[in-house]
Amino acid sequence: MWRRSASFVLDKHHNNKPISLTPSLDSPPPLSDSMAEVNPNPNPVSAYYQTRAKHHGIVTSDWLEQAQAAVVRYPDKDSPVAGRRPFSVIEEFDNWRQQPDLAEAVAAIRALAAVIRASEATTMMELEIELKKASDTLKSWDTTSISLTAGCDLFMRYVTRTSALEFEDFNAAKARVLGRAEKFGEISYKARKIIAVLSQDFIFDGCTILVHGFSRVVLEILKTAAQNKKLFRVLCTEGRPDKTGVLLAKELAKLDVPVKLLIDSAVAYSMDEVDMVIFGADGVVESGGVINMMGTYQIALVAHTMNKPVYVAAESYKFARLYPLDQKDLEPALRPVDFGVPVPPKVEVERSARDYTPPQYLTMLFTDLGVLTPSVVSDELIQLYL
Amino acid sequence: MDPRRGPLAVPKVRRVDAAAGPLAVPKVRRVGFFTSIEPSPETPRPNRSLSGPAEAITSSSPLSDSPSGQFISPVQIPPSRHHSDNLASRAAPVPVPGPSAFRRQLANDRTLHVGSYNPVDSLLGTSPPSSNGEVSEDSGSLFGFQRSDSAKLSASFPNGGFDMTVAVRAPGESEAKVATASTSDGRKKNVEASGESESVATKPRKEKETKSLKEKTSKAERRAIQEAQRAAKGEGSKRAGESSRPKPSKPAKQPPPKKEAPQVTSSVSEKRAVSVEKERRMDVPQTQMQYDDKSRVDKAKRRSVVEQTESKNKVELFLHLPQYERGNQLPNLSSNIFTLDTIHHAVYKVGLQHLAGDIAGDNARCIAMLHAFQEAINDYTTPPMKDLTMDLTAKINGYVSFLIECRPLSMSMGNAIRFLKNQIRKLPVDLSEPEAKASLCSEIGRFIDEKILLADKVIVQHAVTKIRDGEVLLTYGFSCVVEMILLYAHEIGRKFRVVIVDSRPNLEGQKLLRRLVTRGLDCTYTHINAVSYIMGEVTRVFLGASSIFSNGTLYSKVGTACVAMVANAFSVPVIVCCEAYKFHERVLLDSICSNELGDPDAIANVPLRNNKKHSKTMDNNKNLQFLNLMYDSTPAEYISMIVTDYGMIPPTSIPVIVREYRREDLLL
Repeated sequence: MWRRSASFVLDKHHNNKPISLTPSLDSPPPLSDSMAEVNPNPNPVSAYYQTRAKHHGIVTSDWLEQAQAAVVRYPDKDSPVAGRRPFSVIEEFDNWRQQPDLAEAVAAIRALAAVIRASEATTMMELEIELKKASDTLKSWDTTSISLTAGCDLFMRYVTRTSALEFEDFNAAKARVLGRAEKFGEISYKARKIIAVLSQDFIFDGCTILVHGFSRVVLEILKTAAQNKKLFRVLCTEGRPDKTGVLLAKELAKLDVPVKLLIDSAVAYSMDEVDMVIFGADGVVESGGVINMMGTYQIALVAHTMNKPVYVAAESYKFARLYPLDQKDLEPALRPVDFGVPVPPKVEVERSARDYTPPQYLTMLFTDLGVLTPSVVSDELIQLYL
Repeated sequence: MDPRRGPLAVPKVRRVDAAAGPLAVPKVRRVGFFTSIEPSPETPRPNRSLSGPAEAITSSSPLSDSPSGQFISPVQIPPSRHHSDNLASRAAPVPVPGPSAFRRQLANDRTLHVGSYNPVDSLLGTSPPSSNGEVSEDSGSLFGFQRSDSAKLSASFPNGGFDMTVAVRAPGESEAKVATASTSDGRKKNVEASGESESVATKPRKEKETKSLKEKTSKAERRAIQEAQRAAKGEGSKRAGESSRPKPSKPAKQPPPKKEAPQVTSSVSEKRAVSVEKERRMDVPQTQMQYDDKSRVDKAKRRSVVEQTESKNKVELFLHLPQYERGNQLPNLSSNIFTLDTIHHAVYKVGLQHLAGDIAGDNARCIAMLHAFQEAINDYTTPPMKDLTMDLTAKINGYVSFLIECRPLSMSMGNAIRFLKNQIRKLPVDLSEPEAKASLCSEIGRFIDEKILLADKVIVQHAVTKIRDGEVLLTYGFSCVVEMILLYAHEIGRKFRVVIVDSRPNLEGQKLLRRLVTRGLDCTYTHINAVSYIMGEVTRVFLGASSIFSNGTLYSKVGTACVAMVANAFSVPVIVCCEAYKFHERVLLDSICSNELGDPDAIANVPLRNNKKHSKTMDNNKNLQFLNLMYDSTPAEYISMIVTDYGMIPPTSIPVIVREYRREDLLL
């Protein structure tokens, strides 16, 4: 039940309380009926970040209780969205999404493949329309998630752009499409491993790596490096406000990798001892720049100024057909910011969860397509979409 | 015969050598350079000779075989060359010339058809491409040899007549002998006669050759001939003259058979070859005419239809560009306008409009030109005995050169012309003339619709997404795409302000200002001098483009680079709107190599100021030069985004578009 997810609950919650200083969850999130219908997630608070928060164990237990309560209180709300047809993409998607190791986009891809499998369409056209609908539903579920949108688009491209559609036998064609869908899911699933292997050449013994936020790809890279008996040190930023850096530091400490935690504002201070900066990415845009957790841009700027290489690890399903010109040119993904102290009244809080790093501050992109310069991203996208 | 000829030949050769030797050197050089090209001219030749004789001649067996022999020989030569030392090859050839010469003479005398294959041979012997075998050998050996060879070559022509007589004598020998044994025998004899010590080195080779000779007489013949040629080359002195002399005789005879061959061979292959060559030529980017090249300019002037006054004081750095004094005055047409009926009136009209500046703006110029071509194609009829593809292409070329005369083409026009020529080239052969014309016209129409008009609409759709409420947009000069974007954004209710930056002397921005203001947009108008002041309040810069090159360099109206750089300094995103048909696969690094010069008077004269006298004094000043540049280039790093009909792309992706789509267009 997607409604049970932390993101949903939090979405609703923050929709009604625009600025929450301390996430006080005492009051059950009031739900308005109108919200549930058209767009399942009209809330500006980024569901993407909520999902991540949940995966990373930042969600408190009482928070989840609230979610449960919400579902109990409005059990019938599930039906309009999920119960429209016997099979629901969102449901499927949510099932996949429960796995903490599975990226959102991969979950979406798996869900879409399930759509094909469950489809009762009798013509290719029908199947395509059904797929389109499903992917639109998924996309509208969280408009702020770049990788979800990109993953759905790429899936549609990859699956429908095949000669299978010219098969005269529908079942054969469907099998073909399904095969492609599963293959794409497999590729996407393995992407992280491929990236980890590709990036090993860049990590040398005795280097110091600065990481920002919690990226599963970056963790995979560092894990693989540690397994390869590479000797390196990691500086983790704290990653306010959701403290993802702390989480990463914990993971790395488990691997016996020397880790040092920094507060986000100490990046410039410690940059001179850093050999390289590695980021993950929420999305890679057409210019070759990346959209990532807030703070990435300033770290990239500092690294660029100090001539340190900046690497971005991103799976190719995060390549999105977006072209932001500046920071405000993005759909804002908002999230609560906990300052730890009460924010004085009449003070506005910047709640945006991510920023855009232009390509000129990036050195290389580690992707499952290979190690690319930023300008190749556009090349790949053009070849894929046009 | 051999002894007789030997002595005769010797003095002659010497004479020739002495006389022509030094003169011939350059020719040798030329041969040398041809080595690299050798294989390509070689291969078609055998083909021709093969097909020629095979069809035309069937009487004598050696002849029919001969082509194959000849075909093989070039392949076989190199190994033998390599095996035998330079010395050996030098030694061996010496004797050969005699017999080979005989053979040829014999052949000539015997029958005409002999000529048909011989000429090829002789061509091989004398003409540069044929020298492949020789050349490589020569280059491997000594320059002395080359010189002798050249001497031979040069000598051969004057002596040609004489050889004929020799040839007449030659028939006395039995043909059979000639075919089989004579080569080897003759060589031996010659060797002896020449008195040079033939060492062991030559013998194995000879044996080999004799073997092959026995196996295939025709081959042997061929071989012998080639041997002769080689010998001629290799031999510095007397014998060479002998061998070379017969050669010239053949050229005299050649013409008929040579012509025959191509005619006999199906003309299709010929045509294909030509077209392939043409394609290759077309693929090579056209080099612009350099106007500091006196002779070429003079040539062009003689052909020109439009008389333009050249500006007096030219700027040194831009001498390679045409510099004319233009104005809006009607241009003087030179008298050959009446003699030249080749230029269609529609093209004429467009050309003069370009010249007078009535049509400005790249898209407008390009569309006008294409419409004119459409009209011209409609009125076109293929002259009798001519091919539509070839003739029409030539016609278009004529039109284009006329248009260039009027005003240098823009990059986009060049691309459009390339497209048109490709369309003409791709016309199916079996299409009737009206059909072909109709298809061409519709293709041109499609190009205009899809690549220009529709592309603009798509660009507008894309670009509008980057205009948010409350923005201040800056644009420079006049670009019709930018105008469309601004008007459309206004139409859909975006609230924004426009800053129009303009520059002298054209003041195109005023046109834009007028149009925007009448539509109710909030506008600010300023000149480029104030751009650094106004940039502080700007949030987006929209620029038009004349062309964008592969390295992302923007080629646009002069002043664009300044605006882009100032915007970059203020970290204002610069958005360039450009249709994909304007992309060019070349690379541009500066604004000097490729540019256009406007009327110098335009910047000399300031309107609203009575400076007639002033300018007059300036005209006479030799130290004063006016530079009215029309374009400049903006490096890619100052461009944030390019909006094109394929979406929004970074400037680094221009080559991707060119690679992925232009090819498609050209191959359509």
